[in-house]
Amino acid sequence: MAYKNYILVCAGTACESSKGVALYEALEKELKAQGVEAEAQLVKTGCFGFCEQGPIVKILPDESFYVKVGPEHAAQIVSEHIIKGRQVKELLYDKDQTAGSSSDDIGFYQKQQRIVLRNCGVINPEYIDEYIARDGYAALEKVVFDMSADEVIKELTDAGLRGRGGAGFPTGVKWGFTKKAQSDQKYIVCNADEGDPGAYMDRSTCEGDPHSVLEAMTIAGHTVGANQGFIYIRAEYPLAIERLNNAIDQAREYGLLGDNILGSDFSFDIELRLGAGAFVCGEETALLASIEGKRGMPIPRPPFPAVKGLWGKPTVINNVETWANIPMILLKGAAWFSGIGTETTKGTKVFALTGKINNSGLIEVPMGTTLREIIYDIGGGIRGGKKFKAAQTGGPSGGVITEEFLDIPIDYESLQSIGSMMGSGGMIVMDEDDCMIDVTKFYLDFTVDESCGKCAPCRIGGRTNYNILDKISKGQGSLEDLDTLKTLALAMRKASLCGLGQTAPNPVMSTIHYFEDEYLAHINDGTCPAGKCKDLLAYTVVEDKCIGCTACARVCPVNCISGEVKSVHVIDQDQCIKCGQCLTKCKFDAILKG
Amino acid sequence: MAKMTLEQLRELRDSKKMEMTQRDGEEKAARIVIGMGTCGIAAGAKEAFDAFLDELNSHAVKDTRITQTGCMGLCFSEPTVEVIVPGMPRVIYGNVDGKVARRIVREHIIEKSLVSDHIFDKPAADIIK
Repeated sequence: MAYKNYILVCAGTACESSKGVALYEALEKELKAQGVEAEAQLVKTGCFGFCEQGPIVKILPDESFYVKVGPEHAAQIVSEHIIKGRQVKELLYDKDQTAGSSSDDIGFYQKQQRIVLRNCGVINPEYIDEYIARDGYAALEKVVFDMSADEVIKELTDAGLRGRGGAGFPTGVKWGFTKKAQSDQKYIVCNADEGDPGAYMDRSTCEGDPHSVLEAMTIAGHTVGANQGFIYIRAEYPLAIERLNNAIDQAREYGLLGDNILGSDFSFDIELRLGAGAFVCGEETALLASIEGKRGMPIPRPPFPAVKGLWGKPTVINNVETWANIPMILLKGAAWFSGIGTETTKGTKVFALTGKINNSGLIEVPMGTTLREIIYDIGGGIRGGKKFKAAQTGGPSGGVITEEFLDIPIDYESLQSIGSMMGSGGMIVMDEDDCMIDVTKFYLDFTVDESCGKCAPCRIGGRTNYNILDKISKGQGSLEDLDTLKTLALAMRKASLCGLGQTAPNPVMSTIHYFEDEYLAHINDGTCPAGKCKDLLAYTVVEDKCIGCTACARVCPVNCISGEVKSVHVIDQDQCIKCGQCLTKCKFDAILKG
Repeated sequence: MAKMTLEQLRELRDSKKMEMTQRDGEEKAARIVIGMGTCGIAAGAKEAFDAFLDELNSHAVKDTRITQTGCMGLCFSEPTVEVIVPGMPRVIYGNVDGKVARRIVREHIIEKSLVSDHIFDKPAADIIK
């Protein structure tokens, strides 16, 4: 027999530290004492996010959402809610909550709003019928049969949709250019060449809801007068490729792609083009060159692809996330979409939340959400109770956001004003153990590797800056090096041919700006405050704490710790590879890192 | 199905919508929806899938369907699985390995109680309703 109520108690680490365990036990006791064990099941759950308000208790099926619940409230919750069916008002998150309303209605709790990811995790991506049942291809119907091309463009422009690939160009305006361009042939391209380290929203969208991309591209084809579309996707996304191909086959079978779509005189088809995974091929002109079978190298704009793109023909090229927004905008209208977000940036943004965060994941929030809400309410805070240091957005082209900016509403402009950028939506959270020089070196290593080498500022500037950073991380940097870093960064920004080179110095500029003290510590004092740069670290044995248990010597992978049993051990600094295993192993705090 | 006209597409949508609402409302059968994006599969969603099938078979449970879906976004707790049993709240389970999958079948599907320690919350309200 099923239970009448389910009491969910958050047992996430954050809640557990805020007395979640005691609460669970108290509730267990009360259920027994008041004789309603058979009425309600007590369940431990994973973290709900929202940990600042913990411990959190949610009661199903009515979804009452109690916050800051202590063991002392257990008796009341059982006697009032479980037995009498009345909510315990003073514990509710929303004190004005009327009976029967659920946490779905609590704006503050449901920080996420899924437009792009509306079907991800809901439908079976391999059955077109499930997509259709959730209003799939209804926007296409509208566009083909009820709307003029200008109306579609106006709707997108009014909605305020901007390119989600990172640059934020208004999508409606872009389509307008291509529509106006005179040509016997036009193309539609989807940029699924997701290259930022740590970003995977486009892959997940293609895997979870491939038809949303196909539908939007077909809509674009009808609007600008194109009959062929290409999806450029990296070959290392096999599942996304499989599901897209499967979706294309199903759409063709249903007459939603191919000749005379839905019996109209409009024909459109889509093919996949697989990329080899070069980062620069995410840049639109390089991407188009790659589709044409040439080496993926960017060419200067203008002319923009909207006017002169694939094989010299007018081409609409948008990112996966931009495409996935479009059917919903056309179905629900520009006013609905522009009602979400900030003054300059409408709609939502998908972020791939990774790094030192408790609940890493794929999240979608309205533009204007603050970093604090993303990290603490949705992400559940920093792992291991460590201190937040910075969040990196925009990948290798972006910068860091520091604690002082945790409360600015995120949109294209606000991120740019603090020296970062939206980028494609990777968000890497860093804590006190992350060294900014190390992180910057990582990104520069990436861009140096991915630079196509065509222009000197990017090719030489990137490499030189990397070498300087490497020097600094080894404690061999000088103050002049800092100036050189900045000079080269500015030169790259101004003189590089494409976005890759122009933005590659961003991590350098951003970290020098916000963490100059950390650079200076490396240069002047030869220390790494975060304890990350191996060359600046030394592990030593604290003599009066070491009892000679030999645990460190046994775990050392290079056998550089010597000492007799029950006598003080010594680490041979020349042999030490600074792996830190001795520090982890020692039970007596006798190993010092510094 | 052959190529559709506008009318046929609308008919299909209406009938599928009806099917889905019925499925959520009155249907007696339980449903297990497994998140099978690259992330879920890498974390072991296929093993969980097999364990569900096997455990359902071994208990001769006939009226439960298993389907797949894309990424639910709860990457820190992959593989994720949504379980829908009529008369019970819809819940999402995280960190579902083979062992947990078998527990879900025994405790949730058969005994109609929730499986402790593995419940996570739905990330957001559905905008298509």
